[in-house]
Amino acid sequence: MRHDIEERAEALWAAATAGDEYAATGVAMAALDAGVPMETLLLDIVAAVQSRVGQEWAANRITVAQEHTTTAVNERVLTALADRTTERIAGQSADRTAGHTPGRGVERAGARANGRDAERGAERDAERGAERGAERGGAAGLGRVAVACIDGEWHAFPARLLTEVLRARGWDVDYLGSQVSTPQLVAHLHRTNPDAVALSSSLAVRLPAAHTAITASRAAGMPVLAGGPAFGVDGRYARLLGADAWAPDARAAADLLAAGPLPRRSAHAQDDLPSLDGREYRHVTRSAADLVRAVLDDLTQRLPETASRNERQTEQRAPQPAEQRDGRWFEQTAEEVAHTVDFLRAALYVEDPEILSSFVRWMADTHEARGVPPHLLRSILGSLAARLAGFPHALDALSRAEAALRLPHHTEPPGA
Amino acid sequence: MMWEDSPYPMLTIDATGVVAQANEAARLLLAGTADGDRSPRTAPGWLTRAHDGHGAVEGEIGGRTFQAHPVHSGGGRIVWWLVDVTEQRVEAAARQAEHERAVSATETGTRRGEREWAACMVEAANELLPSLNLDRCLDSVARLAVRYLADVALVVLPVSGRKQLLTWYEPDRGVLRESVSVDPRTMPGLAEALQSLPPASVHWIDPAELPAWLLPHRPDEHQPDEHQPDEHQPDERRPDERRPDEHRPDGVTSVAVTTLPGHGLPVGALVLLRHGRPAAFEAGEQVFLRLFTALAGSAISAARLYTEQVTITEVLMAELLPPPTPRLQGVELAALYRPAGPAERVGGDFYDVHAVAGTGGESLVVLGDVAGKGLEAAVLTGRIRNTLRALLPLADDHRCVLERLNSVLVNDGDPTRYVTLVLVSFERHGRRVSLRVTSAGHPPPLIIRNDGRVETVPAEGTLIGAIEEVSSVTTPVVLEPGETCLLYSDGIIEARGGPLGQEFFGEERLCEQLLMCAGMPPEALAERVQMLASQWVRGGEHDDMAVVAITAPRDSPPNGPAQDTSAQGASSQGTPAHGVPAQGVPAQGTPTQGTPAQGTPTGGTR
Repeated sequence: MRHDIEERAEALWAAATAGDEYAATGVAMAALDAGVPMETLLLDIVAAVQSRVGQEWAANRITVAQEHTTTAVNERVLTALADRTTERIAGQSADRTAGHTPGRGVERAGARANGRDAERGAERDAERGAERGAERGGAAGLGRVAVACIDGEWHAFPARLLTEVLRARGWDVDYLGSQVSTPQLVAHLHRTNPDAVALSSSLAVRLPAAHTAITASRAAGMPVLAGGPAFGVDGRYARLLGADAWAPDARAAADLLAAGPLPRRSAHAQDDLPSLDGREYRHVTRSAADLVRAVLDDLTQRLPETASRNERQTEQRAPQPAEQRDGRWFEQTAEEVAHTVDFLRAALYVEDPEILSSFVRWMADTHEARGVPPHLLRSILGSLAARLAGFPHALDALSRAEAALRLPHHTEPPGA
Repeated sequence: MMWEDSPYPMLTIDATGVVAQANEAARLLLAGTADGDRSPRTAPGWLTRAHDGHGAVEGEIGGRTFQAHPVHSGGGRIVWWLVDVTEQRVEAAARQAEHERAVSATETGTRRGEREWAACMVEAANELLPSLNLDRCLDSVARLAVRYLADVALVVLPVSGRKQLLTWYEPDRGVLRESVSVDPRTMPGLAEALQSLPPASVHWIDPAELPAWLLPHRPDEHQPDEHQPDEHQPDERRPDERRPDEHRPDGVTSVAVTTLPGHGLPVGALVLLRHGRPAAFEAGEQVFLRLFTALAGSAISAARLYTEQVTITEVLMAELLPPPTPRLQGVELAALYRPAGPAERVGGDFYDVHAVAGTGGESLVVLGDVAGKGLEAAVLTGRIRNTLRALLPLADDHRCVLERLNSVLVNDGDPTRYVTLVLVSFERHGRRVSLRVTSAGHPPPLIIRNDGRVETVPAEGTLIGAIEEVSSVTTPVVLEPGETCLLYSDGIIEARGGPLGQEFFGEERLCEQLLMCAGMPPEALAERVQMLASQWVRGGEHDDMAVVAITAPRDSPPNGPAQDTSAQGASSQGTPAHGVPAQGVPAQGTPTQGTPAQGTPTGGTR
């Protein structure tokens, strides 16, 4: 069985990287028809392909365009699978209205596969609020869950996967999409009164925004389940920022929700948190652009070779004039410096230098795969440290990150 | 009459509730209770309602509790023998209350003092204030009422006409919600509570006078709208026709009805059912009740207003929301829209997709940007979209459409109400898609070619709505399979930010990024552009951002069950090709993917 799943994942990978939507959808449908359970298909095939996308990109084995094409095809596969679930639910609800289970108020079993449907659904609910019965939930009447990405987070795939896993298990899910602003999230919660909110975030730089979203959802009275790599491999930041629960993946999230109402952390739990001082975070946030500019000045003065990163670009189909190439590379370096500052901010926000260290290790890997000289990152860190004298936490994070760079092997090579 | 002298009150009542005969004891009893609206000739309500039943019932007359035993006589009459059981009931109630107090004392430590009541109030406020969801508010009110004041609580919320939304809470059974159509006057005190302020007045009701609809778990689970003819249904009568003793809740000794004051008008009523407790509140309870009902009433009122506002907004906004982007004529479309404000869903950018525009087989995509932001701008976009819809038959000539739209807007006489637009008419010819592109003061669309080039469509024209005369140039473009025409609003290129803070994203940077995007599916392209611009602003402020991608599909479904391969497989020129010839052209036919630098899995698969 394991072997069979891997073969199917390989076939889906081949179709998706080739941009062949029909072949990809065919692989998924064939798996369903062969009796692979929906959840296995979603998590061990579709999700496996998606996480491979990130690894292959980091290793410079696929281009940005391929990365996005593969993701787009995989999303279309997800849409096709969502339609399957919708059909199944519609079938079940037809059975039910045919008269098996008399309930004291039959709740709609409509599927809400995308954001706009969710809005319309909410609108119907508002109209029919009075008619609502005591029973809630989708096909199986489990309840209603809102799934959203943190503001600024555009990695929507994990949230969509969770949405489909929960729907397949019988939850009524409102999928709100990527980059959901907190005011929109709160408005949705007031409108629809879900049993729980699942918040997804991939990058640790979203942790301050995640904190806002978690706090707002809890204030609106909903328990929050946090998930995604941003919250740390063990979910430590989810806990720190006040989430009621954390799950490492969609399956675990679904299991948690299935175990009954999420255990609420009392409001007082927040008081026991180590106080987030925020002085250094505020300083680095306010002066982020200045820091980036200063670091870039340092780099161009002290390291003229930075201007020629000697990068092995996978995408080299349109030769460009040298000055344009240099401009592009300068900009790429500027972006990397800005990212480093963002991760430093996140590390200061949750007072955990490991956030910066793991980002820098990952960055070093992508540099290595692209032949960018390793001293670039060290120079960035050193230059930042020189500008942040008087900020002990920032200096600590920077020196730990620098130390992490000196370790011989940063992480396992992706895909190994 | 042989029973005239009986010490027990005795009444003969006919089917309409009129007292046909009464002995002396009964006459004295009834005369003593004549309370204005009920003549002594009429039997107490609870007796009348018990007419069709069997067995003894209990109820109150003149402040005393009587057990009534029926003896059926001819002509549909019943002779009721009444036995005064007040003492027994008071005793039982006292025992029960003692027990309850013992229980609640072990739960809460002791009877609540002033400080405890204050803490309860804080707790209730914390729970009620944050939510604007009506269901949640109603649940919380019922739950809190039980926590502090009663054994079962019911919130009655009038919806419209006779329709009432009922929310019960019982500790053992949780929250139950039901919408029923009933007359509130069938519950003593309820109509008053729903109509009148001052709020603090509490009506104490004889538990026997509770109408059946008011009780949470009726024996037959009767549904007003959904009739369930199954084994659950022992009797077919309407709920309010049933005898009181059938639905009388066990152990309920006192019932209070009180108003939930909203913002100015009562928003609903709270019914408290209490077991073994007397028909009066302690001083602490009294104060708490007044504060609690005020808080609960305004929370429900706020949630209700919010729900109504949201519903109105949704309905009005439905017209302004961006439309879905279907696959038209086998041409792939994707669009994304991100309004400027974090809480907004509409703004000054808009796009529209029309399957049929003009006299031929063309479809039309419009992307536009009106002056301004927010709701006012959105309303203007709605007008422009409607006007354009009316002008669709003229879409063969973009200039003509733009001129008409211009004169409509110019005639409004407000020079600040102008719009920039891109019109793209498209039609599929075989595997290619031919476009006619016209810009009216809008950033020109970009074509992402398969070989990695990015072309700017030379489609320039004046913006619409500001001046009398407008000019425009329509440019023809042909897309090969896999190529995309990208429309975007200036919110993308005028996104301000970047690593250094204050730079514009700019058209040049956009084109540079698109160089790497050859062959991408339209939704991936649209998302990438949207993402790059959003990332560029780094959480700062930005204008509305809209992106539409129009792509000639790279290949067709081989046997495509998912797509509309049904007909027109071999379409002749000029007719819309809904289905695509199943040529099965492999993806590597197009040079879109670039060559992976190393021997990678992707290389192996292609």
